[in-house]
Amino acid sequence: MFVRLVLLFVSLFLVAGTPLAAGMGIDDARHLLARTGFGPTWAEIETYAALNRSEGGERLLEEARVAASQAPPDWVAVYPPRVKLKALPEDERRAYLKQRREQEQALRAWWLAEMRTTPSPLTERMTLFWHSHFTSALDKVKPPVLMYQQNALLRRHALGRFDSLLHAIAKDPAMLIYLDGTASRKQQPNENFAREVMELFTLGEGHYSETDIQEAARAFTGWTVDRTHGGVRFHPGRHDMGLKTLFGQPGLYDSDQVLDLLLQRPETAEHITRKLWREFISPEPDAETVKRLARDFRANHYSIKPLLRALLNAPAFWHPANRGLLIKSPVEFLIGLERQLALTPIEPQRAVKVSARLGQDLFNPPTVEGWSGGKTWLDAHTLLERQRIARSWSRPPSKTANAQACSQPAKATKRPAGLRICTWLDQFDTGGDWRGQAIRLLVPFAPLDKPSPELPPRQFVRAVLRDPVYQLK
Amino acid sequence: MQRRTFLQGLAAAALGCGHPVFGETPSATPPRLLILIALKGGNDGLNTLIPFADPAYYALRPRLAIPRDRVLPLSEREGLHPSLESLMPIWNDRELAVIRGVGYPEPNLSHFRSSDIWETASSSDQVLTRGWLDRTFAQPGWPSGRSIDGVVIGREDNGCLRGGAGRVITLSDPKSFRRRARHLGAPIDAQVDVQVDTQPRQAPLQHILALQRAIQAAAERLQPAALETEFPANRFGRQARAACEVIANRERLGLAVVHLTLPGFDTHRGQSGKHARLLRQLADGLACLRAELKILNVWQDTLVLTYSEFGRRPRENANAGTDHGTASLQLALGGRVKGGLHGEAIGLAHLDSHGNPVATLDFRRLYATILERWWRLDSQAVLSKRLAPVNFLA
Repeated sequence: MFVRLVLLFVSLFLVAGTPLAAGMGIDDARHLLARTGFGPTWAEIETYAALNRSEGGERLLEEARVAASQAPPDWVAVYPPRVKLKALPEDERRAYLKQRREQEQALRAWWLAEMRTTPSPLTERMTLFWHSHFTSALDKVKPPVLMYQQNALLRRHALGRFDSLLHAIAKDPAMLIYLDGTASRKQQPNENFAREVMELFTLGEGHYSETDIQEAARAFTGWTVDRTHGGVRFHPGRHDMGLKTLFGQPGLYDSDQVLDLLLQRPETAEHITRKLWREFISPEPDAETVKRLARDFRANHYSIKPLLRALLNAPAFWHPANRGLLIKSPVEFLIGLERQLALTPIEPQRAVKVSARLGQDLFNPPTVEGWSGGKTWLDAHTLLERQRIARSWSRPPSKTANAQACSQPAKATKRPAGLRICTWLDQFDTGGDWRGQAIRLLVPFAPLDKPSPELPPRQFVRAVLRDPVYQLK
Repeated sequence: MQRRTFLQGLAAAALGCGHPVFGETPSATPPRLLILIALKGGNDGLNTLIPFADPAYYALRPRLAIPRDRVLPLSEREGLHPSLESLMPIWNDRELAVIRGVGYPEPNLSHFRSSDIWETASSSDQVLTRGWLDRTFAQPGWPSGRSIDGVVIGREDNGCLRGGAGRVITLSDPKSFRRRARHLGAPIDAQVDVQVDTQPRQAPLQHILALQRAIQAAAERLQPAALETEFPANRFGRQARAACEVIANRERLGLAVVHLTLPGFDTHRGQSGKHARLLRQLADGLACLRAELKILNVWQDTLVLTYSEFGRRPRENANAGTDHGTASLQLALGGRVKGGLHGEAIGLAHLDSHGNPVATLDFRRLYATILERWWRLDSQAVLSKRLAPVNFLA
């Protein structure tokens, strides 16, 4: 019954919207962009509304990038010389740690800015998806340079091929440190990477045995990170060249061969397809469709673009019952708020802290499973924090600006954020019904507590932001 | 939940006539209090309770073993890690139970999966979605009229309370929680009941609505508390302090469960210093928690229980750390706890094919004990089988 009610809301929207020519119309465009980016603007929605559904998806895929559009901080070019922290005098040690913290923050600020301004939000969403899949965290890895390099690697392969990405990540310095690959050698293989590569990165839990893990761990031995230059090195003497038995098959496997074995198994493609379904469509993947798409994914040499194309064209993606069914991640919430309200970007350092407080500390996922996402994004604490932010950021840029008549331009203020309500309203073209359009921009379906049209514009917008539906995409 | 009531709620909301539903007064005596402490990452039980009389221990741990003269002896054969010093007064008062050999058959060595098993009280080959406490809150015998069942201190997701039958809030600081809750506005769906998962499609939205209701109910009742105890200025100390501030309002809230988390136990490398620091944080925090709960006069009604997804492998690894293990010990503390060593000591002579100890006490028996002897509930209804309680409660 409730589903039907949502359907009703959605279809009312559809009727109310006037789709341009053969285009998909405002509501479809909003859905497509909200699911593949970070809170679309009204202008972006209008552009996509003129395309049909598959043209829309195609355009997103065409615009995918392999590198960030914003220049990273300068220091990422140089691997810092190795420092024995314990040997340093107290003040030098403190200075060193301070510099590292600043670098960590700069790195997060750079990525948040990229998410906000990139010409291809889908590229950043996929990079973030892989970051939460092939997790590594600053807390353990330490040098921020290595986490930057891993981020660049994830972006380079973000819409490329999963098999190449898997092979590359297994020899990524940050990953070798994060999952103790560097510590693993013939005499005593460390099982950490072997376990997570099967449980989280490829097959999924339940599709391997403890023996498979122990044998694979032997095959992964021998790789280390050169702590002077930050590169990866293979030491034949540390590698276990012996016979291993994986999934019942004996062989003289090395690291790459084990990964290839994992890629040959259908569970890997299914695991990734299921996860992407949850990222883009709904919390509950359709088992049959997943099986079919996964078969094609594997047959296509793990090309990610065709899989994404299939997901974006799947009837389930567009089904009214699946709209507004996912909870925005903290960065989607934050960047969406900035973009959709056309806010002056808030100070990068502040944005970084806010995203961590909301539960998404970039470059530092909480566990090897990454962020669990979905309902876990919101508990009493983070819901209240999101509402506080929406309230605070939608205030007028300054008290004087609030008092100004709509015709006067807003004065520049010291406070970075703030909603310039008059300018913002100008983007909607139908003079009378800006409220309907604002709702269609901000929420996936009608607010539960529909704000009264009597409210002054800013109060009206803030009421929409406070509604539970604003947390959904 | 009845679909119809949800619709009515929506309709009411659309008409702008939503109003709070938490007018009912909580029952005079809330259920006895359970404080669960998750030791995330897999606590090394063998270096928590040290079998100092067993030469096998020293043979397996050339670098990590605690020398015999540093162990705080509890018996002729076993004793606590020296960092757990602040637990000794509790031990001497016979209010600390050390429950040994706790685990489950066919152990799973994945953090994620094994945490799930512990938190949902499933067997190794069974996947349950609701936490064991969530199922408890749904029991007919569970007292009604309470406004909050559980409070999670900190930000970690935790599966014991997952499911939606209970009213659960997460907070790290009661003061800012109250301040922010004031801006929430009236609950939208006045007539909606709290069960969430009956309509999976709408689960995310209902999750948010349930949160809003729980926040409002808690904020109405959470009063500032003046505490006398000085808590350690570390993460766990702050959590313990926040827990006490919440517990001071226990009767108004109807509170039954508080969940705390101490992460960082996944000590694959360089374990010694890290593990010692964690145990010290734990012990110091627990000692302060007990002191304050005595002042608040709830220690007699409090049971503290630790849990951890698994122990660690007896044989240390090449990186002076330990890999994932299986059976381990857990601690129970409280005014009605029967102090002492419970269960059987880990048998280092009988390790499984992966070099891990074999569990001799199913962790679900601890839950059965809590359900039957602490809350007087039917444990079978929650755990779907009959398990013998463990005799650690007076």
